[in-house]
Amino acid sequence: MGEVKKSSIGSSLNRVEGLPKVSGKSCYAADMNVPNQLFGGTVRTKLPRGRVRAVEFGKGIPWKEFTVVTAKDIPSKNAITCLIDDQPCLVDGNFQHAEEAVVLLAHPDRGMLQKGLANVIIHEEPLPAVLDLDEAADASQVIYGTDNNLKKFVIQKGDVDSVWSKAWKIVEGVYRTGAQEQMYIETNGMLAVASAKEGVTVWGSLQCPYYVHKALLGVFGFPPEKIRVVQLETGGGFGGKEDYPSLLAAHVALLALKSKKPVKMIYDRREDMAATTKRHPSRTKHRTAIDKDGKLLAMEIEFILDGGAYTTLSPVVVSRGGLHASGPYLCPNVRVKTRAVATNTPPHGAFRGFGAPQSLFAVERHMEKVARAAGLAPDEFRKRNLIKTGDATATGQIVRDCVNLQALLEKALAAANYHEKRERFARKNPTSKIKRGIGFSVFMHGAGFTGSGESYLASVAAVEAGADGKIHALASNTEIGQGKNTVFTQIVADALGVDPSLVVIDQPDTKFVPNSGPTVASRSTMIVGKLLQDAAIGLKQILLQGKYIRAGYSTKEFQTAAAKYVKQFGKLKTYAEFQLPAHIHWDDVNYEGDAYSTFAWAVYVSEVEVDTLTYEARVTDFVALQEIGRVVNPVLAAGQIEGGVTQGIGYALYENCVYKDGRMINNQMSNYIIPTAIDTPNIKVMFEEVPCPWGPGGAKGIGELPLDGPAPAILNAVENAIGVSVDILPATPEVIFQAMKNAQGGH
Amino acid sequence: MKKVKSDKLATKAKSATKAKSAKKKDSNLVSINFSLNGKQVGVRVHPMDRLLDVLRDELGHFGTKEGCGEGECGACSVLIDDELVNTCLVPVLQVSGRKIRTIEALKGGKELAALQNAFVVQNGTQCGFCTPGMIMAAVHLLETNAQPSEEQIREAMAGNLCRCTGYVKIVKAVQMAAEEIGGGLL
Ligand code: FES
Ligand code: FES
Repeated sequence: MGEVKKSSIGSSLNRVEGLPKVSGKSCYAADMNVPNQLFGGTVRTKLPRGRVRAVEFGKGIPWKEFTVVTAKDIPSKNAITCLIDDQPCLVDGNFQHAEEAVVLLAHPDRGMLQKGLANVIIHEEPLPAVLDLDEAADASQVIYGTDNNLKKFVIQKGDVDSVWSKAWKIVEGVYRTGAQEQMYIETNGMLAVASAKEGVTVWGSLQCPYYVHKALLGVFGFPPEKIRVVQLETGGGFGGKEDYPSLLAAHVALLALKSKKPVKMIYDRREDMAATTKRHPSRTKHRTAIDKDGKLLAMEIEFILDGGAYTTLSPVVVSRGGLHASGPYLCPNVRVKTRAVATNTPPHGAFRGFGAPQSLFAVERHMEKVARAAGLAPDEFRKRNLIKTGDATATGQIVRDCVNLQALLEKALAAANYHEKRERFARKNPTSKIKRGIGFSVFMHGAGFTGSGESYLASVAAVEAGADGKIHALASNTEIGQGKNTVFTQIVADALGVDPSLVVIDQPDTKFVPNSGPTVASRSTMIVGKLLQDAAIGLKQILLQGKYIRAGYSTKEFQTAAAKYVKQFGKLKTYAEFQLPAHIHWDDVNYEGDAYSTFAWAVYVSEVEVDTLTYEARVTDFVALQEIGRVVNPVLAAGQIEGGVTQGIGYALYENCVYKDGRMINNQMSNYIIPTAIDTPNIKVMFEEVPCPWGPGGAKGIGELPLDGPAPAILNAVENAIGVSVDILPATPEVIFQAMKNAQGGH
Repeated sequence: MKKVKSDKLATKAKSATKAKSAKKKDSNLVSINFSLNGKQVGVRVHPMDRLLDVLRDELGHFGTKEGCGEGECGACSVLIDDELVNTCLVPVLQVSGRKIRTIEALKGGKELAALQNAFVVQNGTQCGFCTPGMIMAAVHLLETNAQPSEEQIREAMAGNLCRCTGYVKIVKAVQMAAEEIGGGLL
């Protein structure tokens, strides 16, 4: 299948697990069946907040055939350990949101399971609920802690308050974004076996085996070696399988422990959409001061995320959002006030971009307005204010990347034919019912965990030779479609100086692989890839120094030598542990210093047409130019960008989570619309390669970047088309209609 | 209670395909025969069982996936008598005596082989979950239109959702396969 291309970094090696995927042989959670398995299901709350008064088991159901689990069956702690322990595994008395799990059932027959689920009646007593961000933020009704805050922090640079009176102009704006469903095509699913003697093993669709491991430790109280988590082939994650699988794993393992049988639980689409995490809704307020030359003097930003009912990952999501809130600009005075607030909706969680798409949408829409107030073209205004190498960000981080955003901007605009189109559309739009527009966004994405997150994590990865001399890469990072298996293969092959066919990527299984951290935050390639590279260099050194191989060795010689070494000593394995680069200093309390070891930078340009009869907007052309360090695998990298941009198109225009009384009511693929092949343009992807000194072979993280830029570029284009600001995501026809109506009313 | 060894379970995962369930004793079952990837098969099932479940649970063909269960995503697409169909919406009774092709068709013809290769080379598959359905949609397209334009490809694939690729590389893969077949490379 295609010829194997000789090494390595920079080549487009074919996806290593491609063949089983195209022949239908890959094993996903739903494809795994074991003898005597039961099927599990969940009974959930319906009210947004309240107390469970009683659980009634309806008549006419053979309940004896069922395994029934409630909070009473939890062996240790009724909490899913994430950042803190506030989310229960099963409701015991009070509950904080609809779709919270109360009763778990298992039965050998799926049809009977459905009947059982329909006949468990939860008697709920309501408590006052807070259903949206504004209500939560003003804290007139407190539903969490003393002020509804899940996390709160401030970033300060200079002194914004000293500027307002001297400013030439002050521009204000409010920007809102809705929740977004990850919509991996494979729903969440798990299978578990459990016994007090042997412990718990779960197999499933997940991004972060050690997150699940940690949560199961808390729920079962077993020793760590008695908890085993194995990732199966995973049909997409995008953040949606970062924290929720911990809850599902606990549920399915509780059923397995009680029934003493293997239990499998696969969510159907409706349950998956209603109950699992989504992107946080947001509200951002900007107040910006400029001088006569169109230079930024001060940016005051209030950034609030709706975290849903429990803390889960919201503190880190809001952190990343806040750290990206002032965009890629140099401004002497910045204040970013951020909060994640609790509401009585299912917890919002990780979704590709992790807070940054929300805050970057706001700042890139706002800069368009500030440019207009300054009387400057959008690109001219950006050029006067874009950050440069050596400048300080809002946290005082000195940009070390060798980045020329001005040049990046010019290049992207030229590739999109921006100026010619802007002029042409302005000429033709007045006489056309279809209005066309073009807009862009300039943005960055911090690679890896925020601040000292990577130090706390202290990730470890390993490489080990098998008896046959093949080299196994051992890491807990998961392949979720992004190409991790292939990129790791290339990095290890490159470090060893062998053909990629010698490298084997082992399945993430907590019994066998070290904890190299979660598969999140665009960190797999840059952080874990680097660890594997270091470990592989170590292994090669052992063989070189022991004279098992000599410089100029072939792949065959390397393999033979590795096999010989293993035979002689029983083991050939090397590890590498994460070390924070010496120049990184981060102050967690004051949000000062080096927020990220490096950033990826990008300019995206979108062309749209808006039908003024139907108020529908459509993306007709898209250019995505980015600087992501050295590109390890150009074809896979382009695939990441195209996929991310498409999710961004959905975020901008189509994907609307509709809630009623704290429950998502359009929890079906038929009424939550994601882009199809005919809704997406041909996306032109371009890379500017500036090798990054910290990443393997000069690579940076890439996974999340492409979701940051599309929405503001598209809405800037919509404004260019219709001459009206649309500051709400998604910009559905109703939103565009309302904005146009408001604008007319104003005149 | 038989002790369950977790290590063994992992390897048994795909072999123990026909999860036997209580319904086998049910008197409402009917016998249905059809051709699956060129072989005659017979199953005893409820007539209203979804073809998707029969293919997977009774016949062990796990390549056909469920993404929505309501005809929206196309992950469950197969070819029935050369037509592209979402198996989550088809009661098994309807396929009695008909000819079904799935992603597992080993001798699936030149289109399937060319598309499988092109999807790997072009990175038309990422997480892979939409891929079997996507490839069956493409087989159907190329069997009816050997040289589709980009627009025709996009239209033909619009009933299959992919959340990973942004469709660009899927379109490229179909173009590559069409060229290979047209150029007599296969
Ligand atoms: S599962 Fe059949 S169309 Fe989605
Ligand atoms: S490859 Fe993941 S949904 Fe298409």
